[in-house]
Amino acid sequence: AHIGVGISGQEGMQAVLSSDYSFAQFRFLQRLLLVHGRWSYLRMCKFLRYFFYKNFTFTFVHFWFAFFCGFSAQTVYDEWFITLYNLVYTALPVLGMSLFDQDVNDVWSFQQPQLYVPGQLNLYFSKKAFFKCALHSCYSSMVLFFIPYAAMHDTVRGDGKDVADYQSFALLTQTCLLFAVTIQLCLEMSYWTAVNTFFVLGSLVMYFAVTFTMYSNGMFLMSPSAFPFIGTARNSLNQPNIWLTILLTSILCVLPVVTYRFLFIQLCPTINDKIMFKVRQAKASPAPPPRRTRIRRTSSRRSGYAFSHAQGYGDLVTSGRFLRRPALSRSSGLTNAGRTTTGFSPMGRSAGYSPTGRPQNAKVSDVEVTSLQMYRTITDPSL
Amino acid sequence: MGKVKPGPLARRPDNSAFKQQRLPAWSPMLTANTVLPFFYFMALICMLLGVWLLLTVQSTEELKLDYTEAGTCNLCFEKRKNVSNAAQPCICTAVFNIKKAFKGDVFFYYGLINFHQNLRRYMDSRDDAQMVGRKNNLKSPSSYCMPFDKNKNGVPIAPCGAVANSIFNDSFTLSYMASSGSVHVPLLRKGISWYTDKNIKYRNPSTENMTLPQVFEGTAPPLYWQKPVYDLDPLDKNNNGFINDDLIVWMREAAFPNFKKLYGVLHRANKPFVNGLPAGNYSVEISYNFPVQYFRGRKEVVLTTLTWFGGQNHFLPIAYLVTSCLIQLIAILLTVFWFKFGKNGQNMEE
Repeated sequence: AHIGVGISGQEGMQAVLSSDYSFAQFRFLQRLLLVHGRWSYLRMCKFLRYFFYKNFTFTFVHFWFAFFCGFSAQTVYDEWFITLYNLVYTALPVLGMSLFDQDVNDVWSFQQPQLYVPGQLNLYFSKKAFFKCALHSCYSSMVLFFIPYAAMHDTVRGDGKDVADYQSFALLTQTCLLFAVTIQLCLEMSYWTAVNTFFVLGSLVMYFAVTFTMYSNGMFLMSPSAFPFIGTARNSLNQPNIWLTILLTSILCVLPVVTYRFLFIQLCPTINDKIMFKVRQAKASPAPPPRRTRIRRTSSRRSGYAFSHAQGYGDLVTSGRFLRRPALSRSSGLTNAGRTTTGFSPMGRSAGYSPTGRPQNAKVSDVEVTSLQMYRTITDPSL
Repeated sequence: MGKVKPGPLARRPDNSAFKQQRLPAWSPMLTANTVLPFFYFMALICMLLGVWLLLTVQSTEELKLDYTEAGTCNLCFEKRKNVSNAAQPCICTAVFNIKKAFKGDVFFYYGLINFHQNLRRYMDSRDDAQMVGRKNNLKSPSSYCMPFDKNKNGVPIAPCGAVANSIFNDSFTLSYMASSGSVHVPLLRKGISWYTDKNIKYRNPSTENMTLPQVFEGTAPPLYWQKPVYDLDPLDKNNNGFINDDLIVWMREAAFPNFKKLYGVLHRANKPFVNGLPAGNYSVEISYNFPVQYFRGRKEVVLTTLTWFGGQNHFLPIAYLVTSCLIQLIAILLTVFWFKFGKNGQNMEE
């Protein structure tokens, strides 16, 4: 089992103390699994995949550079960038995604329990998914190294001065990397709250702010050996050459991902794609989402099953008497609308309360049975 | 935190949008009417960029001359194989021909093949604090410069480190073989380094009322240098010490083993170079000092005109054109797949 759930109640709190999650009523289990559990699985898997992707990409670029620096373990990026990459530039966006992400909202999650199946089948993060992520990183790192290399190794600035130096190349590569992983994050995120957007854009802005600060004259004069990259940002980022290279790397890193995902949505959509399509359709034509009716759980007597110290309500259930519509509502002239059921009525034979604590309403105009057949249709032959 | 309400619902979490995960949000999805137009648009943009850049790059002219053993330089090449000849000068000449005139500003570079300025220990072997003019670093260079921090007599080296030690010390004189004879091609040797390098990163130690040689007293030149650092440019006394342009250009390590560094810009004040370099025969007289056979390297001279885009590098324009074709192909493929399989959500039944 993945988690242990305890129900707190009159039998005591021992289950609560030894469980991962606890609540007071069994019906909360549905929400725990279908909404929160599912979201949690989705977020964890997205987080893991993306985190591995961004760090593998970051690291594999060094592998390619090794062929060009005599295998001397020279880093491609500025040392400060390496320090701040995981700490500042990509920390908050990932955190935002793994806190806020939802593919469908809680109402839809609740009503479409088949969305839970990918979690049971371990689809989102497995050895296969990890391997695909590593392959994707390999490709991205090749693009992120070789495009700047080919574009920069034999060219100069517009005024003739150097732009193929190590520091400019480091700045170019790290900027390309950051753009590529940020756009990849934007593709992964499916729920853009204001907080998320702020984190993503803020991190990019932070990158440029910190870079320009560290490559400024003031920092260099404070400690020359700690900030040797002085002037690099000012001298290379004003070259259109550099920005065109950044654009090309971003395009080449991102478009294959978009192609792959779009193709799969068209050819073999997952359950998530199908439900999200339905969500969009429902939003476009604002019909109320099909409401699950709880009317079929008419008999509160079923709650008596658990108590084994009494004879129980077995006779009552098998006799079917509780299914009979009370005389009062029958004479009101309502027509039998097929799957209509008995509502709660004070004259009926229910024990006087309903397990959900809510009045069981009789409005049954739009009822739909889902493929999982969670709720059995009860047709009352006696009506 | 609000007041704790007594009663059965006392510990309920807030019903706020943040805590109940109902924040207003945008949920994008990859639908056909966003993805397909986007692909076509990107293909168009890449095509336009590729064509524009190709036209720009085609308007540049470039000439590379490998002079390691060209012309009379093979004699110097042999001479430099013997390290005891290092102090002896060797002058050689190489000739080349320009077919099409170089219009506009012409830039003269020296290039090295297979010289790894990006080796980690090489790049660490420098002292930026010394080269920004700090007096205590002048006499006690950083330990990163070892073994190029002190000479065999224990005198500190200025500038210390392997990068400064291996400075490129060939010099060039270009001549144009006009019909009237050989005309010297004037090259401006100032302003070849970045503004921030020349004015902030590299500064001589403050002189007060001493001369530059006096400031550097108590230090020794690097082991492979023939001249001390305060005498690098006898013609321009402001170009000596750590702010020497050639030294600054060399100290900016190249990212890759095959690189070129700016040596000079054509001085276009007088005829026949007012419009650039005319077509014809040229000869370059080289003071050949830098030995390259140790690392199986080559030396070359590059003459090029430039545009706003830089030198003659065809990669980016061609890459854009290729990318545009690929994106176009993929867009067509995706349109076909969408039309056959996914149009109007026909694949979206459960």
